Amino acid sequence: MIEKIAGLYNYWIVIFLMMTGFYIVISRDNLIKKILGLNIFQTSVFLLYISIGKVRGGTAPILVEGVSTYSNPLPSVLILTAIVVGVATTSLALALVVRIKEAYGTIEDVEIYAEEDAQ
Amino acid sequence: MGIYSLLSASWMLLLDAPDVAFTEAAVGAGVSTVLILVTLFLTSPVDKDSGRKRLLPLLVVVITGAALAYGTLDMPEVGDPNAPNVIYVAPRYLEQSPSEIGIPNVVTSVLASYRGYDTLGETAVILTAGIGVILLLARTRRKDGPVARDPPRSENRLSLLRVVTGVLLPYILLLALYVQFHGDYGPGGGFQAGVIFAAAFILYSLVFGYPSARRVVPSGSLRFLMALGLLLYIGVGVWALLEGGEFLNYSALDPHHPSHGQHLGIFLIELGVGITVAATITAIFFSFARRTQP
Repeated sequence: MIEKIAGLYNYWIVIFLMMTGFYIVISRDNLIKKILGLNIFQTSVFLLYISIGKVRGGTAPILVEGVSTYSNPLPSVLILTAIVVGVATTSLALALVVRIKEAYGTIEDVEIYAEEDAQ
Repeated sequence: MGIYSLLSASWMLLLDAPDVAFTEAAVGAGVSTVLILVTLFLTSPVDKDSGRKRLLPLLVVVITGAALAYGTLDMPEVGDPNAPNVIYVAPRYLEQSPSEIGIPNVVTSVLASYRGYDTLGETAVILTAGIGVILLLARTRRKDGPVARDPPRSENRLSLLRVVTGVLLPYILLLALYVQFHGDYGPGGGFQAGVIFAAAFILYSLVFGYPSARRVVPSGSLRFLMALGLLLYIGVGVWALLEGGEFLNYSALDPHHPSHGQHLGIFLIELGVGITVAATITAIFFSFARRTQP
């Protein structure tokens, strides 16, 4: 049982990171902190995919003579594009935050709601 | 944040995913950290968070985490050679790609050829996000917005940084070109090279100032390149159609030697991806950087 749980260590790390990001998103008012939390959450998903693709005794999926065991190439493909898409969408969110700051003078969501209600 | 990204990149490398580690190191440790810092500068570095509503989120997180942890007990161990994801579709790629595509890096063949539609869509998403950022930040700043605080910097303090950057830049650009064109054989490809290119321009802009970076890369040419990359990608797909194959079936590009066609197709679409990614990330950074100018 202990060995079984130790062999699942990647999931524990992923769940810890995922929940850290989730906690930041739901407990903070500051919009930039929420985006940082989403980023941590996103990284945990990346690590989940990559760690699932690992094969014991395997090597990186670049074919060479004399090697027969390779790790799964598919998670690498999915995640390396997702990382670049992720930075593009994150920057879109940050641009929205910059505009929100200009429109409302604050980036705390409680204050934004208060201002909305006042109008 | 940069350190966090570097650590995850190292772990990815240990997990046999050098292509991904490359991307994460360039994006996380470089680009996104800089973007977050610029946004903090443009908004407010002070966090006015009050201490309330901590308990309920903590409870939600602990319960969700426990449920997830319970779910993992049925999951295969790390590195299990009989895990479902490893025995299902991956062997097909690993066994057939040498004869069908003919390049050693399986990640590149899956990315550019087998899953070419997916990659096309992702490149389009990056372009769209870039257009969104440019549109959102294009309007001129309101007069009562935050005034850019430009601290009087001593030229002496920066001059060492400038010399080092001047020495490093050619090597960064050379590395980007290598990563771009060697992606068939080693880890690399358009996405990684594009981000490294963009990181070089961002570094230049940070050290030499936004106005001089603007002179090196005018915004008109950046927008042209953003679209050109995606058009090149789609153009290769249409070319394959005209040659009688399916959209993005590169084997049709050279009917006598399908693997030559695959080489050519992958080369061209990786180039398209590299151009779009480099131009878009640079344009995004410049959109933010322009706002810091008085």
